[in-house]
Amino acid sequence: MGLGLALALLVAPEDADQGISQRIFYLHVPIALTAYFCFGLGAWKALLYLWRGEERHDLESYVAVHQGTIFGSLTLITGSIWAKASWGVWWTWSSNQLVLFLVLFLFYCAYFMLRFSLEEGARRARSSAVYALFGVVLIPVSFLAIRLAEDFIHPTVFTREGPQMSGTMFAAFCAMWLAVTLLAYVLYRVELVGKRLSTQLRELAEALR
Amino acid sequence: MIRARGLEKRYGQKRVLHGLDVELPRAGFLLVTGPNGSGKTTLLRVLAGLAAPTRGALTVEVDRARLGFLAHEPLVYRELTALENLDLFGRLYRVPERRERIGRLLERFGLWEARSERVSSYSRGMAQRLGLCRALLHEPELLLLDEPYAALDEEGARLLDRELEALAGARTLVVATHEPRRLETLATARLALG
Amino acid sequence: MTYLADVAALARKDLRVALRARDTLPAMLLFVLATLVVFHFALPARADDAAAYGLLWVAIVFTVLLGLTRAWVPEHEHGVLDSLVLAPCDRSAIWLGKTLATLAFLLAAQAVALPVFVLLYAPLDGAALAGTVLADLGLCAVGSLLAAMAAAGRARELLLPLLLLPLAIPLVVGGVGAAISPAEERYLLFLVLYDGVFAVLSWASFEYVVTE
Repeated sequence: MGLGLALALLVAPEDADQGISQRIFYLHVPIALTAYFCFGLGAWKALLYLWRGEERHDLESYVAVHQGTIFGSLTLITGSIWAKASWGVWWTWSSNQLVLFLVLFLFYCAYFMLRFSLEEGARRARSSAVYALFGVVLIPVSFLAIRLAEDFIHPTVFTREGPQMSGTMFAAFCAMWLAVTLLAYVLYRVELVGKRLSTQLRELAEALR
Repeated sequence: MIRARGLEKRYGQKRVLHGLDVELPRAGFLLVTGPNGSGKTTLLRVLAGLAAPTRGALTVEVDRARLGFLAHEPLVYRELTALENLDLFGRLYRVPERRERIGRLLERFGLWEARSERVSSYSRGMAQRLGLCRALLHEPELLLLDEPYAALDEEGARLLDRELEALAGARTLVVATHEPRRLETLATARLALG
Repeated sequence: MTYLADVAALARKDLRVALRARDTLPAMLLFVLATLVVFHFALPARADDAAAYGLLWVAIVFTVLLGLTRAWVPEHEHGVLDSLVLAPCDRSAIWLGKTLATLAFLLAAQAVALPVFVLLYAPLDGAALAGTVLADLGLCAVGSLLAAMAAAGRARELLLPLLLLPLAIPLVVGGVGAAISPAEERYLLFLVLYDGVFAVLSWASFEYVVTE
């Protein structure tokens, strides 16, 4: 897995021909897609939890949302770098993608605040699950709202140039996407295992008491 | 009426109920005792359906409409009067002849004079008595009482004694208390926690 | 039809409790009026009408937050919510009753605040008013669910704004758009979409939020 990751990370910059702006794109979009995927996974696990009531789904949902938030913030950072490279500003309201991620970032940060403020148990798990579902519904609704807001919020000053990708560049892009997804998956499993271990440790400590 | 096997309730890592077995036939009277923090309240909440057990099998043969519950708090709205409170619950529980039954209950528990005053003006004992009215309003087949004597005044305790004597044998009762002496004679089953 | 009867009984209870507490409605009203006045000092001299509409919506969102907290905290304070959860009625009726009651208070507060806004700042046409009502609906529907979630934990007054604001963003877009854009139908339609989707979602998931 690490080999695949390294390979992909090397392949992409080689094929990218125009400076930082292009290279960041290879990073930014896969990260964004991965974030969406993580949020989707979080919502799916949340649904499973509400439906079946098995505790492990709550943990899986939480970890997925956590990963999604990490990748979401990376999206914002890489997006900001891209904006600086392309248009010379660190932030622009005219990039719908960026604005959407800002809203989602706020939403999912509140998810952690919610978990933090409720006592561990079924109530917290259920509320978190419902909130995670709301999040995934919010994604398209927010996107629509941001599109509608274009009219009067800020005029579109910068035109978005999606890079035209030739065959090899597209291959590199896909490789990068795969690499990022694998990275996310690895992180997800690592965190999940870590959380499960600490839960088991605590259970053991509780039982010994 | 109630059948539970290996009942467990956890809040995160904290285990409150550890593998309980409960068997209570209809018209039985279960007395649950134990010190504070032993899980009496949690057990009653699980039996009432307010909390789902983390593990174990639980069968309670009545649905929500035939179940009555009294907690430490009276669970009534302080800004409403006794009449308004009972009217609300009467509607939600689809109690027939609502007005008459409310009147009878209030009289039986000595709250008739204060019926149009807000609960916020009641003493703790009076409010708890109203809570008892709320729990009995729909003539439940299963009655769960969590430390009912704790918040009652002398008058209320006397009324509750009378009520329990009348109900024992006719309805199924589960009472959690750490003063079991009063109810020793009525109980058909005992469960000691903690 | 017993469902609607339950909702009516619960909504009546919510209205009565909040009116008798005598803090919800006056607080909401005073808050929104005070905010409108603050805006005058917050808006730069050359700001146009559009900015005023934006600020109006900020005021509305924060007024709703006030009302929502007041609506749910009493239920959790003495655990009275348990008595409703125990009742044989559908749990979603509890949500619906609370939503309708909060909506009633919000509309009542706006009945005073909106004319004041028109007086102090800018006109509001039919589309703007329709947008306001639709967005109010969305705010109360989603807010009721989130407030019930938040009230079960600690720092509930802090948590609710954090939970509601991201979800309120599309509503603000809709409300402001309906007020200032020439293509109002799009915004009104969008608000209807939001309300439909999120109201159904809130209605269906309330059960899970109040039971363990």
